[in-house]
Amino acid sequence: MCGIVGLYIKNPELEQSLGVHVAAMLLEMSERGPDSAGAAVYRNDVGDGRLKLTLLSDDANPDWSAFEKSLLENIDSQGVVTPLLNHAVVSAASSLESLQHWLKDNYPQIRVNSSGQKIEIFKEKGSPQEFIENFGVASYTGSHALGHTRMATESAVTTEHSHPFSTGDDLCLVHNGSLSNHNRLREKLQSYGISFQTDNDSEVAAGYLSWRLQEGDGLDDALHHAIEDLDGFYTFAIGTKDGFAVLRDPIGCKPAIMAETDDWAAMSSEYRAIAQLPGAKNARIWEPEPAQIYSWQRG
Amino acid sequence: MQTIDVSVEGIRTLNQLLHTEDHTGAIEVQNPNGRHSIAVGATIPVDVTVNGHVGYYCAGMNQHANIQVNGNAGPGLAENMMSGQVRVTGDASQYCGATAHGGLLVVQGNAAARCGISMKGVDIVVGGNVGHMSAFMAQTGRLVICGDAGDALGDSIYEARIYVKGLVKSTGADCELKEMRDEHLEELTQLLAAANITEHSAKDFRRYGSARKLYHFNIDNANAY
Repeated sequence: MCGIVGLYIKNPELEQSLGVHVAAMLLEMSERGPDSAGAAVYRNDVGDGRLKLTLLSDDANPDWSAFEKSLLENIDSQGVVTPLLNHAVVSAASSLESLQHWLKDNYPQIRVNSSGQKIEIFKEKGSPQEFIENFGVASYTGSHALGHTRMATESAVTTEHSHPFSTGDDLCLVHNGSLSNHNRLREKLQSYGISFQTDNDSEVAAGYLSWRLQEGDGLDDALHHAIEDLDGFYTFAIGTKDGFAVLRDPIGCKPAIMAETDDWAAMSSEYRAIAQLPGAKNARIWEPEPAQIYSWQRG
Repeated sequence: MQTIDVSVEGIRTLNQLLHTEDHTGAIEVQNPNGRHSIAVGATIPVDVTVNGHVGYYCAGMNQHANIQVNGNAGPGLAENMMSGQVRVTGDASQYCGATAHGGLLVVQGNAAARCGISMKGVDIVVGGNVGHMSAFMAQTGRLVICGDAGDALGDSIYEARIYVKGLVKSTGADCELKEMRDEHLEELTQLLAAANITEHSAKDFRRYGSARKLYHFNIDNANAY
């Protein structure tokens, strides 16, 4: 069991309170996933020519000021490093490839949680309430966010096994369910050059989507292929730069509920998370059909 | 009329009342907000009205109570109901009425996958559509679907009877279309009336049931064992 939440703001006035609502939704999903929690938020577009990364250090107390000094000297003198505990959001005029090389050579203890121009991903082992407090989720502003509370079934309880997983630039995935063919599929994807940080099954789903997108699929096509190639139970929520998408496996065991008002569109594992949103009582509410792709895009 | 705000008083306050034998008087439930296990385990004939959406397992194991949810229900609505009536004005999520032995379950909106799975005598009336694998291994009872049915309707069905007005995407193993005789029209008319669904006429429905090829042993297969 895990909990998933997604909130996409349609009324710009609500963007200031995105985090308040997402925090309330995540907290409501604590019982579904008490092991760890995470969130992806889309905000503060760094613009063309610049790259935004969220980094996660294996050190509990990393020296981010030394890291920033080194980044400014070696990568981009205009670079910005915004530390948050063992995470840091980095903006630099560089390519993902060259930044990854530089990190690997100089900071092997640092992982890349997310890359893109808007996305930031934070995640942590421990209760969702601690995560919400430690990472100031309630203070998020932005267009949309996804969150996950994890009850581990397939792999260990660690921060790096937590969701969301990055699936490419400004893309991420959260998963409720379990995949049964993830070991074979991981090997296949590794032979195509997709790299994995953990033995987590959901990371394989994320890697699969990354691979399909690299092969030239659009998100809808990538998800159609996922229905064919992924074996197991899943409700996925996939964050994109301008919205999010939802997919349930063809058996439809894992729950999902969607809701929409003039002000927002939301998805969650359960209605009680959506009940936290303003105007939820009058929202249009429905259960997504199995094996159907639902997506919202900013117009 | 007694009002219980479950967001303040908790679910136990409500559910304990529903198996207090000397309790009398209707109960109104406020602010369910998708909480789980609302109005579960009732053993007394009491009217319960829930105003709002409910989460998992609402009205499970119901005996004698008449429970109405003014909203949608999450997974496992009226699971293993024994008697009484449960009505949801909106939609119900997956496996509503699972293994239920008796009583009447009415979903005025749509019911998701596995509606009436392994039903054992309950009557279920769905005003809208049902999802895939509905009435899977249904043993006895009646399932009325005023809209469409998803894939594999009535897979491995025993002696339950299914009535469908709309389209059936596919029937499951050993489930077949059957003749609608007078006794079925009469039965269905009574079921629609009991469910207080007036916009559909029994003559527009078709009946599905077991081809009885799966659950009887076929002697030609003896060599396989």
